[in-house]
Amino acid sequence: MTSAALGASPAAKGGAAALGRALRHVGFLPALLIVLIVLLVLFEPRFMGMFNVFNVLRNSSALMIVASGQMLVLVVGGFDLSVGAVIALTSVVTAKVMAVMLEASPDEIPMAIAAGIAAGMACGFITGLINGACVALLRISPFMVTLGTSSIATGVALLLTNGIPVYGMPDTFVKDFGRAIWFGLPMPVYVSLFILVLVWVMQRQTTVGRYIHAIGGNVQAAMVSGVNTNFYLILAYTLCGMLASLTSLLLTARLGSGQATMSGNLMLESIAAGVIAGVSLRGGVGRVEMVALSALFLSILTNAMNLLKINSKIQTIFMGVIVVAAVALDQLAKRRTRDARES
Amino acid sequence: MAEDGRNFESSLPDYMSEPSGNLLELTGISKRFPGVLALDNVDFDLRHGEVHVLFGENGAGKSTLINVIAGTFSPDQGRFLYQGRERRHLTPHQARVMGISPVFQEFSLVPEMTVGENLFLGRERARFSFLNKRAMSSKAREVIAELGFNLDPARKVVTLSRAHQQMVEIAKALLTDVRLLILDEPTASLTEAETIKLFALIDRLRAQGVGIIYVSHRMGEIKQIADRISVLRDGRKIATVMADAISDTELVELMAGRKIDVLFPQVDHRPAETLLEVSNLTLASGIVRDVSFHARAGEITGIAGLVGCGKSELIRAVFGLVPIAAGTVRLFGKETTSFDPASMLRAGVCYFPSDRVAEGLALARPIRENVSMAALDLPGFARGQLLRRNEERQTVQDIVDRLRLRPAQIEPAVGRLSGGNRQKVVLGRGLARDIKVFLFDEPTVGIDVGAKLEIYELMKTLLEMGAAIILVSSELPEVLHLSNRVYVMHHAQMVAELTGAQINEQAVLACFFRDENQTAPARQAAPVPAGATVA
Ligand SMILES: Nc1ncnc2c1ncn2[C@@H]1O[C@H](COP(=O)(O)OP(=O)(O)OP(=O)(O)O)[C@@H](O)[C@H]1O
Ligand SMILES: [Mg+2]
Repeated sequence: MTSAALGASPAAKGGAAALGRALRHVGFLPALLIVLIVLLVLFEPRFMGMFNVFNVLRNSSALMIVASGQMLVLVVGGFDLSVGAVIALTSVVTAKVMAVMLEASPDEIPMAIAAGIAAGMACGFITGLINGACVALLRISPFMVTLGTSSIATGVALLLTNGIPVYGMPDTFVKDFGRAIWFGLPMPVYVSLFILVLVWVMQRQTTVGRYIHAIGGNVQAAMVSGVNTNFYLILAYTLCGMLASLTSLLLTARLGSGQATMSGNLMLESIAAGVIAGVSLRGGVGRVEMVALSALFLSILTNAMNLLKINSKIQTIFMGVIVVAAVALDQLAKRRTRDARES
Repeated sequence: MAEDGRNFESSLPDYMSEPSGNLLELTGISKRFPGVLALDNVDFDLRHGEVHVLFGENGAGKSTLINVIAGTFSPDQGRFLYQGRERRHLTPHQARVMGISPVFQEFSLVPEMTVGENLFLGRERARFSFLNKRAMSSKAREVIAELGFNLDPARKVVTLSRAHQQMVEIAKALLTDVRLLILDEPTASLTEAETIKLFALIDRLRAQGVGIIYVSHRMGEIKQIADRISVLRDGRKIATVMADAISDTELVELMAGRKIDVLFPQVDHRPAETLLEVSNLTLASGIVRDVSFHARAGEITGIAGLVGCGKSELIRAVFGLVPIAAGTVRLFGKETTSFDPASMLRAGVCYFPSDRVAEGLALARPIRENVSMAALDLPGFARGQLLRRNEERQTVQDIVDRLRLRPAQIEPAVGRLSGGNRQKVVLGRGLARDIKVFLFDEPTVGIDVGAKLEIYELMKTLLEMGAAIILVSSELPEVLHLSNRVYVMHHAQMVAELTGAQINEQAVLACFFRDENQTAPARQAAPVPAGATVA
């Protein structure tokens, strides 16, 4: 009996050590995510409801796409405050273009859809291009540039709509695309997975990803190594803008109307997702798979708060607290590794 | 670089048949920065298979010239002929493609990326921009092995020491076919062994017809490897001479424009009371184990040792920068309890870091602020929280003049200074307050011969004022010439204390190499070199 007890204790210790090692390997975030899901499954029966799961999946898909764009900009050492405004503008422009085209020639539905999507994507492309060009060529701080373009895009969106939702998009766009269920899952899930894979490949397997990381890590080094730093800076912002537009298309198609108030909290959440995923605000560091996980985490957290009927204003406060806490943790971890390195 | 040599010969038959043509020919190159003419109508040429040394004071324009050749700066004026053809609007990328490989003074590495990723930065092996990681990692290993460097391609660059980062820089330059290799003070942070490897490599490349531009402030190595030497002063080229036709003193005179006949001043040591006493110090990291030493007012105490032996860590710990596990530090006879830089400064101890960019300086701020930064709590600089701007300006200007900073202004941002002048700004900081114990960590890395002498003279003045100076340096002649007593550190421990006639190169080297042949536990039994006492 004593021998059995003795035998058990080192095994338990070994198990704990292995768990610790595994945790360190996969990181804090997946563990947190699993704990959150387990708690919800155990204590909140509504969480696993079909409707709720779809809702969470849709929300997290949208956030994943914006956040992976935001991550690209964070990795080059900037950030993009205009993604929320781009989402609003894209929504309004897409809906307007489709409605106008449809009114002009009611039979040309595919044509109207294509034009609407193109116009919507152009919003993100142009805003991103302006952001990138100002940061790279004029060397204005990303904060000021994206704050400015954000204000401009919001203004244009409000001007176009007077704050009233834009209706009149083709039914097929809404029913067969926006609210479609493919192989048992909402359509945005597939789009976001596709985007994540694309960004992952770009980040890991291509020179583009390598250069984006190099620029964020040390612009000077990238420049003297012959990297066209301006081009890749502009590229990062442009991709970010276009991913924001894509998110907006998904949201608009689901809602069935173009709205200038579409973005909600997505701008802050996209930065939060990046920071929680360990993307460095100093640039150079960030992995899209972690960003996806943290987007999922944030969406589930928001969902949980909704299910628990927590006041939306309190939720906003809570989101702010999480962002600050994540940045603080990031800083602490930095300091700890630096101390460890120095000693 | 045998493989590169083959490529090199097969791909360049045009000039191999005409070896007399110059690889590089610059005529009338000028480059102006706001406020300074960094290069003024400079002519420079480089032959195939020669080592051409650039020599000159800090701020003379050496790095600027190199940046022009590497395509980082475009010259305002002048003709740029490379391999017989005129090149305009050169970019760093084009320069590399043409075989111009620079190793910069301030490293051009991305800290968060691995060694391998850094090596290939800007010229990844890729097809339709998809990376061929396998090919890159095997090529990286191959190059590193050929260089004989001890580097792991998978390590992140941030985790490497300065010496290893320097090796990465060199490996990066040699990754592809190189026809013109530029080395800007490469040995400043290399150990003896790696320097020897580097020189062997330079010889091999020279034999293959590669042209090499080499910048250094160390007379010894210039003599050893140079074929020709060009001297720059204040942005102008003063002369180009054959290396074997000129003496050290002539060279230094050309550089400084005045006679400098001694490289080391005669220092009168007048040892008085012990100001700093360290007993059985062990660091939390184990980089220093059970080390004891003391420093007295009125003398320079040298600490010699190879790069990485723990000598820097030792004085960093004394200044409170790295955690101490065991042992005591006594300052002015009293045991110290609070180890942090602020208390140390207040107590009269100042540390001068070797890595001036990483921890010494705020590059975007003016020289004035950088110099007075550590002294703002003194009444001379501030009344309460209010800064006394005029006094600050006056004091800093005096210090800048004393250090002969070039340009002798106090308002430009430190980021615009040349490498050596940045180091002087770091030193200037210690002069801004009343300091009794000076901890110098490699004080003359990257400093020109004339300025070195000024720094030595400065130490002399400090001694006369009754200070205790601790000089940690990997440059042996410096420690040997200046110190009254020399401690030798090796593998985290103090292995000897040399005094008087015992202070000579053989004695120190003997301490380094003694246990290279023996195993560590046998060290006590190892024969003590003549003139050394085991501490
Ligand atoms: N980016 C810059 N902006 C403004 N001035 C600069 C810049 N880089 C260098 N300078 C100035 O140009 C001059 C030449 O500097 P350079 O770096 O070429 O000197 P150096 O000969 O390499 O000196 P050191 O031996 O100290 O490295 C200096 O006066 C310096 O202040
Ligand atoms: Mg230089």
